[in-house]
Amino acid sequence: MKKIHVIASAVALTAVMSSNAFAGATLDGVKKKGFVQCGVSTGLPGFSSADEKGNWSGLDVDVCRAVAAAVFGDAGKVKYTPLTAKERFTALQSGEIDMLSRNTTWTLTRDSSLGLNFAGVNYYDGQGFMVTKTLGVKSALELDGASFCIQAGTTTELNLADYFRANDMSYTPVTFDSSDETVKAFDAGRCDALTSDQSQLYALRIKLGNPDGAVVLPEVISKEPLGPVTAQGDDEWYKIVRWSLFAMLNAEELGINSGNVDELMSSADPNIRRLLGKEGIKGSGLGLPDSWATDIIKQVGNYAEAFERNVGMGSALKIARGQNALWNKGGLQYAPPIR
Amino acid sequence: MADEQRGVSEPAKPALWRRPAVRSLFFQLLLIAGIGFFGYTIFQNTLHNMQQRGISTGFGFLNSEAGFGILMTLIPFDETYTYGRTFLVGLLNTLLVASLGIIFATIIGFIMGVSRLSRNWIISRLATVYIEVFRNIPLLLQIMFWYFAVLRPLPGPRQSMIFNDTLFLNNRGLYMPSPIYEQGFWLVVVALLVAIVAAVLVARWAHKRQEATGQPFHTVYAAIGLVLGLPLLTFLMMGSPLSWDMPVLQRFNMGGGMVVIPELAALLVALSIYTGTFIAEAVRSGILAVSHGQTEAAHALGLRPGPTLRLVIIPQALRVIIPQLTSQYLNLTKNSSLATAIGYPDLVAVFAGTTLNQTGQAVEVIAMTMAVYLAISLSISLFMNWYNKRIQLVER
Ligand SMILES: N[C@@H](CCC(=O)N[C@@H](CS)C(=O)NCC(=O)O)C(=O)O
Repeated sequence: MKKIHVIASAVALTAVMSSNAFAGATLDGVKKKGFVQCGVSTGLPGFSSADEKGNWSGLDVDVCRAVAAAVFGDAGKVKYTPLTAKERFTALQSGEIDMLSRNTTWTLTRDSSLGLNFAGVNYYDGQGFMVTKTLGVKSALELDGASFCIQAGTTTELNLADYFRANDMSYTPVTFDSSDETVKAFDAGRCDALTSDQSQLYALRIKLGNPDGAVVLPEVISKEPLGPVTAQGDDEWYKIVRWSLFAMLNAEELGINSGNVDELMSSADPNIRRLLGKEGIKGSGLGLPDSWATDIIKQVGNYAEAFERNVGMGSALKIARGQNALWNKGGLQYAPPIR
Repeated sequence: MADEQRGVSEPAKPALWRRPAVRSLFFQLLLIAGIGFFGYTIFQNTLHNMQQRGISTGFGFLNSEAGFGILMTLIPFDETYTYGRTFLVGLLNTLLVASLGIIFATIIGFIMGVSRLSRNWIISRLATVYIEVFRNIPLLLQIMFWYFAVLRPLPGPRQSMIFNDTLFLNNRGLYMPSPIYEQGFWLVVVALLVAIVAAVLVARWAHKRQEATGQPFHTVYAAIGLVLGLPLLTFLMMGSPLSWDMPVLQRFNMGGGMVVIPELAALLVALSIYTGTFIAEAVRSGILAVSHGQTEAAHALGLRPGPTLRLVIIPQALRVIIPQLTSQYLNLTKNSSLATAIGYPDLVAVFAGTTLNQTGQAVEVIAMTMAVYLAISLSISLFMNWYNKRIQLVER
């Protein structure tokens, strides 16, 4: 069925592109529909996964919800499209989804030749390896000749090839469509290691039959800045997505969270007043209500809240902030000021 | 119409633009031109708009370096080869699984189809159960089932099951020695070709003799003897110019030798068993379509059941079977693209999957892929139609 999806998207792409119906009006379209159509993964705990009732949650999902909160004042107005790695860009190009928030690495090729715009980075990551403990491997450099379970259409495929070429080692790639099959095959012993962005390894390890039987190796072999993406050609929409993420980061920096936002509405701090829409340009520059950022903070929370709830200490993944701490706390997360 | 023609025919021909033939030709050309223009406009618009939106277009990407590895390649490939090469690699893998699948499905189908009509109760019931079960389970599920059913029970490479010190079976595949051809091996190949030609000639001669004198000849045995014997003799005379590259266990995997990967095995088993059910039904209906009188007549002539089936029933049944067989072959080929679910690197997985995604050139890649499937399907149809014509009853 995956195949059908790709073909359908390609046909839709031809149809959309041949008629040039695209006129920079994603926001109007979204308002008319009444929801944001958001592309997410098919199931990656912590980033985007659905529970038994079909409710999505995760760090990537929170970006979709933030955008919906900014546009509608209601974070619930999102519909999700689960996409495998190889389906995701065509789905965005053909207009099937309004935005993509699916652990997607920002690279030059993708930014410059796929007709996409990366709106920011909501998680700084890097590629790592997971092996079974019984293998007794301590470093990725010992993996000469090993087989690797990977997912098709990812930067993972390319980094793996680069790493082994650079270190003059040989490897066998076993490439699957979805993360589910990748994990199952690794579990069944089809490959010696599973490789992917390190955060995803922790997420996927939960899905193993015996999670404690696997270890993540220390090496990080690439830079994987993951972030939300929009289709090129609609700057207005692109900026809405971009600043929705920035609002969450600025809120953390200013100490505003879902718990204290109501109190802080009467704050005298001009930085806080500008973010909460009391002063300055407010929502007008983005074509949004003045309460756009307040709604995000109230309903989704600031970046720290989203992080801890989904992938941090409040979650099963227990990932430390590390590179994803704010810039003034030793990390890389840095948002331009609201003024 | 006829009246009009008779009335006007002789004296004056109508003006050029009134002649029906000319008119219809004109309008047909107009229609074709219209459709052509429509297609061209869509194509140009698409390209133009894609460029405006910053999406790369064109086929230039086929010459850039791919930068990713592929699990199984029938031709040399590594990450330094081009995207164009990934197309070839995927295509060959598709052709391999489709052609092997067609062979196995046909064998299974014929055996099961005939068995279902068997007078032996157990055999016919078993065939019925096989057909009803495997025909009604979605193919994708079957592929997944076989894949994990094949993988799970197999040991890791370090605990391989070893047969005769030459075959190694583990969850990375079935490893066997691969041949290394040494000097002089080409003569063995020549001998094989000569033997095949000789066998064809013998068959023709035997056929003619039987037509003329009615004396049968053991063509099959003679042919087998020739095709096996002659190359073997040459091989021995050349001093066995062949050695074997043995698989050996390395730290993680087996190295050297040849390997049948579990993805290929699972896909082949699933495709053959699934398509086999449809072929079995085609065979059964084909045989039932041959009137019972034919069997009785053959028996009356003193033919035993074996030759009756082979010489009387099957040739007539084939006329009914072949068209259905054609569509099953087409189905199998197209279904082979489900490979992508279990990581077998066929055209759809490699080219319409990874290459499409890494280059982002969906329109070009999907167009090429669809063209390939169309070409394969048309070739199968053409071949089967030709074969069908050939075996039609020839009246004597
Ligand atoms: N960040 C990388 C890799 C992303 C990726 O697809 N990772 C896999 C991990 S195995 C995944 O998240 N799969 C989830 C899914 O297919 O739904 C990229 O952008 O290419």
